[in-house]
Formats: sequence, C-alpha cells, structure tokens
Amino acid sequence: MFYRENGQFKGNYSADLALFPIAQDRWAMLAFVAIAFIAVPAFASDYSFRAVLIPFLILSLAALGLNILVGYCGQISLGTGAFMAVGAYAAYNLQVRIPGMPLLLSLLGGGLCATVFGVLFGIPSLRIRGLYLAVATLAAQFFVDWFTNRMKWVTNDSSSGSVSIGKLEMFGYQFDTPVQKYLLCLTIVTVFGLLAKNLVRGAVGREWMAMRDMDVAASVIGIRPVYAKLSAFAVSSFIVGVAGALWGFVHLGAWEPAAFGIDKSFQLLFMIIIGGLGSIAGSFFGAAFIVLLPLLLNYVPHWLGLNLSTATASQLEHMIFGALIVFFLIVEPHGLARLWSTARQKLRLWPFPH
Amino acid sequence: MQLKKIALAAAVAAAGISALATSTLAQAQAAEQFIPLLVYRTGQFAPLGIPWADGKQDYLKLVNARDGGVNGVKLAYEECETAYDAAKGVECYERLKTKGTGASGFDPQSTGITFAVTDKAFNDKVTIETMGYGLSQSVDGTVFQWNFPLLGTYWTAADVMLQDIAKKEKGSLKGKKIALVYHDSPYGKEPIALLQKRAAAEGFEVSLFPVTPPGVEQKSTWLQIRQQKPDYVLFWSAGVMTPAGIREAQASGYPREKIYAVWWAGSDHDVKDIGAGAKGYNAVTIHNSAAKDKVHDELKKYVYDKGQGTGPASSIGTIAHTRGMMISMLQVEAIRAAQDKYGKGKTLTPEQVRWGFEHLDLNADRLKALGFGEVMRPVKTSCQDHMGDDWARIVQWDGGKWEIKSDWYQSDKTHITPLVQEYAAKYAKDKNITVRSCL
Repeated sequence: MFYRENGQFKGNYSADLALFPIAQDRWAMLAFVAIAFIAVPAFASDYSFRAVLIPFLILSLAALGLNILVGYCGQISLGTGAFMAVGAYAAYNLQVRIPGMPLLLSLLGGGLCATVFGVLFGIPSLRIRGLYLAVATLAAQFFVDWFTNRMKWVTNDSSSGSVSIGKLEMFGYQFDTPVQKYLLCLTIVTVFGLLAKNLVRGAVGREWMAMRDMDVAASVIGIRPVYAKLSAFAVSSFIVGVAGALWGFVHLGAWEPAAFGIDKSFQLLFMIIIGGLGSIAGSFFGAAFIVLLPLLLNYVPHWLGLNLSTATASQLEHMIFGALIVFFLIVEPHGLARLWSTARQKLRLWPFPH
Repeated sequence: MQLKKIALAAAVAAAGISALATSTLAQAQAAEQFIPLLVYRTGQFAPLGIPWADGKQDYLKLVNARDGGVNGVKLAYEECETAYDAAKGVECYERLKTKGTGASGFDPQSTGITFAVTDKAFNDKVTIETMGYGLSQSVDGTVFQWNFPLLGTYWTAADVMLQDIAKKEKGSLKGKKIALVYHDSPYGKEPIALLQKRAAAEGFEVSLFPVTPPGVEQKSTWLQIRQQKPDYVLFWSAGVMTPAGIREAQASGYPREKIYAVWWAGSDHDVKDIGAGAKGYNAVTIHNSAAKDKVHDELKKYVYDKGQGTGPASSIGTIAHTRGMMISMLQVEAIRAAQDKYGKGKTLTPEQVRWGFEHLDLNADRLKALGFGEVMRPVKTSCQDHMGDDWARIVQWDGGKWEIKSDWYQSDKTHITPLVQEYAAKYAKDKNITVRSCL
C-alpha cells in the first residue's frame, strides 16, 4: 500500500535512470538525509556522536569501499585494515610535513596513497582468485603492520611509534565539537555514497559485476580483466583509505599501528557479509550491526537491572554476537540488505498479497 | 512473519541507543563521587588486567565500607571493558566521562588508550591518571594540565634499571652492551628515547629487539641475543609475552639474573608457573611489592570477610592487585585534597578533582595512616611536576617469591628533565597548546 507505484510513469530517460525510481523511496531517502543532517545534530548527545554515530559513519565508509571490491568485483580482500592504515598514515604525513595543508586535501591525499598501494597489492588478482587472493591480500596487512611499526619516518619520528593529530581545520573552519566532526563525516560519507552508487550502476560497475559473475565470459564479451580488476582495487582502496584517515583523524585523534590491525580487516569483512555483499545499503546495515550491537548487548543487562561482572558481560557479548552472526547468515545468507529488499517487496503488495 | 518481527525489534532497539545516553545522565545522584574504571578483564593482557582491576575496585569498596566514603561522600564506580583496544577505550571514555557529576579521573590502563584520550581530555576537562605508564613527557604540568603520570614513567623505570646495573658494574656502564627486548607498541617503545640519550652520554651500547605483539613467538629474538651476548637485557613486556620470554631465556641459556623487567612484567603470575626456571629474574617495582601493610588487613576485614571482595582472596597482596589499590588510593586522596579546598562532604566537578591531583601531598605519616606506609614512598605533586616523586626498587624472583634486592632509587634527573621538556615542548607545538605558567 505504501509502496504502490501506480501512476508513476516515466516520460524520459533521466527519470528512468534516476537513483531512486520510486517516488516513495526518493522521499524517504531525502527525509532520511534531512534527519541525519538537521534533526540528529540538534538532538543527539555528545556520547552518541563520539561513541556511536561517528564510528558508525566511518566504518560504513570503509565497508562501502570494501564492498566495491568484494561485493561488486568478487575479489576477496583481507587487507582492508592495511589500506585504512595507509590512508591514515599518508594523511598524517601530509598534515605534519606540509605546513598549512588543508584537512580535506590531506584526507583525499591519504586516499590517493591508499589507491596506489591498493593497485600494487591488487596485481596478484590478475593471476589468482578466491581464497588464494585473500591470502595474498593478507600479505598487504602484514607488510603494513611491519612498515608502520618499523619505519620511523612514517610516524614523524615519534618516540613511541604512536601519532596524534593536531587541530582539525579546513578553510579556516575548525572541527572541534562532536557535532562538527559528525557533520564532516556525514558529508564525506554522503558524497562517497552517492558516487559509489552511481559508479556501480554505470559501465564500470557493470564490468566489475561481470568479472565477479564469470571472468572468462566477461573477457570474451570484451571486458579487459586487468582494467576491471585493478580499477575495482583502486576505487575500493581510495574509499577505504579516506575512511582510514577519518578513523585516525576524527575518531581516535591519536593512534598506534594496532588500531589498523588484522582485526579491523576481519571486522570489515564481517560487516559486508552480514550487511549484504554487492549492495551499497548493505555496507551501512553491516556497519550498524557491528557497531551498535555490542553497545546494545552491553547496555541490556543494565536496563534489566542485572549486575553482571564486566568480564562476564564481555564474554557473553562475544557469544551472543557470534550466535547472532551465524543465525543471520543461516536465515538470510545475502545479508541484511536482502532482508530489507524482501521487506520492501512485500510492502508493495501489502495488505493485499496475491 | 517471525523474521520481520525480529528485524523490527532490532531496529527499535538500535533506535533506543541514543535515548540511552540521556537516561544514563538522569541517574546522576547528588551525594556521590563518580569514579570510572577502565579495565581489561579479557583479551591478551587479561592475566595482568584482572588482579589490577580487582585491586582498583577493592580499594573503593574499602573506603566506602570503612569510612563511608570520603568525608561522607560515597564513591560510585562503574567498570568498562576495553580489552586493551584503543577504539573500545575511547568508547568507554565517552560513555563514562559525564556520568554522575562527571568522571573524577580516568586510569586508562593502557598506553595506547592514554594517547587517544589525552587529546580529548584537554577539551573535556577530565583528568587522566596514569600511574607508572602513559606519556613520559606528561610529567610537565605546564603543558599537560590534565595528565598525571604519578609515581613514575617509563623513562624513570629505564633510568632506575640502569642505575642498578651500574651499581653491579662498579659505577660505570662504559663499553657495556645492553639489549632492550620490547613489546612492539607505543608501550614498549617509550623507554627508547631515554636509553639512547644515556647510551650516548655514558658510552654503552643499546641494541633494540622488537617483539611483535602479543609476543608468544620470541625464538628468533632470543637466538639473536644468544649470538650477541649483551651484558644485560631490559625486558619491556606485558601479558603472555613475559612468561614466553623468560622460557626462551631459559631455553637459550641466557642468565635470568641479567634480565631486568619493567614493572608490568614483574607480577606474580608472570613467574609463578615457571618457578625455579625464573630464579634470578629481576623486575623494577614502583612500590614495595614484597611488603604487606595495614591496608591489606583492612581490606580483608571490611570487604573480603563480608564476602564483598571483587576477586579471590588469594590475590590480596600480589603485585598487580596492590598496584590497583594504589591507583584508587591516589584517586581517592586527590578527591580528599580537593574537598579540603572546595568544601568537605561535597560532590566535586572533574576540574576540582584535577586541582586535588595537582596538590597531592602524601607524606610518610599520611601514608602510614592510610595503611600504605610499607608499600610506597611519599609523593608530592605540583603545578610544574605532575609525577610527584619517582621512587622505585629492584625485586628478584627467588624461585618461589619476590625478594627485595635493592634500596629505593630515584631517577637521575640530568637526562630525564631535558627530555621531558623537549618532548613536552614538541607536543605543545604540534597541538597548539598554550603553555601554562606555574609561577
């Protein structure tokens, strides 16, 4: 009923090619963005910005980047943490070495360095695929762990190997309060989300998906595997690199190499698998699931008035989390995004299913 | 249908998260002083984290049970599990900093989390208390207004180790080879700056052996040590890395008497299982670990005998547990000092507690009255000096228990003070911090 499409005719090509062809979707999305930009800053608490919303946004961005590589192009990667680290450290170096470097340029510069690095470690994908490629990208992870720990100049000769960021400033405008930081992240995520959405439905995205579905067939119809695979690596690591820079600059403020360890790679992979491979919205669902659920599980005993010890709560959290992941994968192996689209399909007919 | 219900429930629950931050605020109570407890009871460093966390909580329980709080103000506390992970630590910090009338002070219990929250503390105006760890340059109170590396930093630990070694070597380290085997993280790298400075000044050689966390695999490190035969090994390890390292030293035949571990690698659980194999292993200790004092008896009497203890009674008096109690004791004394200025029996703001941290004056009599007379030495902080004093001594494992091997040392300030000033000035410059005047 809410999703009735009756009477929505498309009279020209641009209407047919719209991002959200159904009017209800379009309005819902606009309302959603408006809420995120206007209502949330007005009402949310400092805690929810710093501990919930900002990490959620940044991890969504990273998941989005990874989803392009894994979900759309089918190149499994375990080196996401490394790509994030390259983005963060490159942005940090740009910031400390070039006086007066605008923040936005540092962030994008971090992304560019991650692109180069990503393409470099994407080269093996031309020869190997699947699980073997996952192991090859694991090398990127170990290499970056080693590199950031050992090369002193990477951390600007910090005595402890940990770096920290000064004031966040862009065009004379300071990002001090959580709200400002949130809006910065939200803007970047929105822009990248739109770009990614347009990219995957355009020619490049179709090439990626063709490579994913069957690379031999794709090359037979004239898609160059080198170009398709490496461009997926490039775009993906660019987005992941920017996310890494944001994670370091905006969320942590100071970090050590362990912040981008292999755990982060796994976490992001879980995000897109749970959220939904090959779906933009899935990246957001997955990030929400991984960021919010542990917090929620932490709070539930408090609400119920249970006095669990911290250790028990933390172990329980791991168990419940694991169980929920297994449950979701059994119930909906295509992730939360698929669940959402099924719900939407049903809503189109509700309340009069056939 | 079932599925939809679940999805709906999840969505509703997720939406509840933001409402929740407000609800925790509403629970604030007037006559309580809130102390956040960041702990790691899980993760790779849990063996050290558990007794430490127990000790922190036990002392607060003791003050509440014995004295009814600080001048009648009950101590409220809440634990938050970090698992030694910086991102989780930041979440805990954000969650707890405004609870009650504001957090009295954070003991992040991790060098990485200290780095991450130090920047935030400047804006949020809450105290970061790092007893025996943290940023070594934060001793400088003119730059680091909100950081208190009480009782000692990694630079003072390294300095004390070198002093003890020099004593064994009849006063001079010239021409000696000293190896640093360290946890490859900011924690392990902290002492390097001081060691290199002293090596250049005194003509000994420092070689660095990083060990990848968590540090279970150290075979190649100790093989290299066997080849290079350093005169002494300084051991900057934590958690599972410590027993693994001692076992490798034993296997490769490196004399345990020549190993000096930092305080976090010198707890009972690090050596107990190895027993005689660790005989001779030295550790620097920030307090008199072998001693028990009145506070231990009182803890037993007021808390454990009533069945309210946090951990097992057997952990009372172990090094890590006592250290936890010391951290809470310093926190409580900071609150007491602040109450003397801002009004007894009142709940204080974080800024007022910071004043208390800056005006700690625990002399020998006071420590004795608190029941810590045997455990630690007097400490007095000031606007300029946020460390107070840095007494430390060397203990040695005799195969069954820790034995005190040296008198109290204090770090040699000739190398440390310039280093503190240099690094603090760099930090102030990088972060655009206005340096306070302490005059």
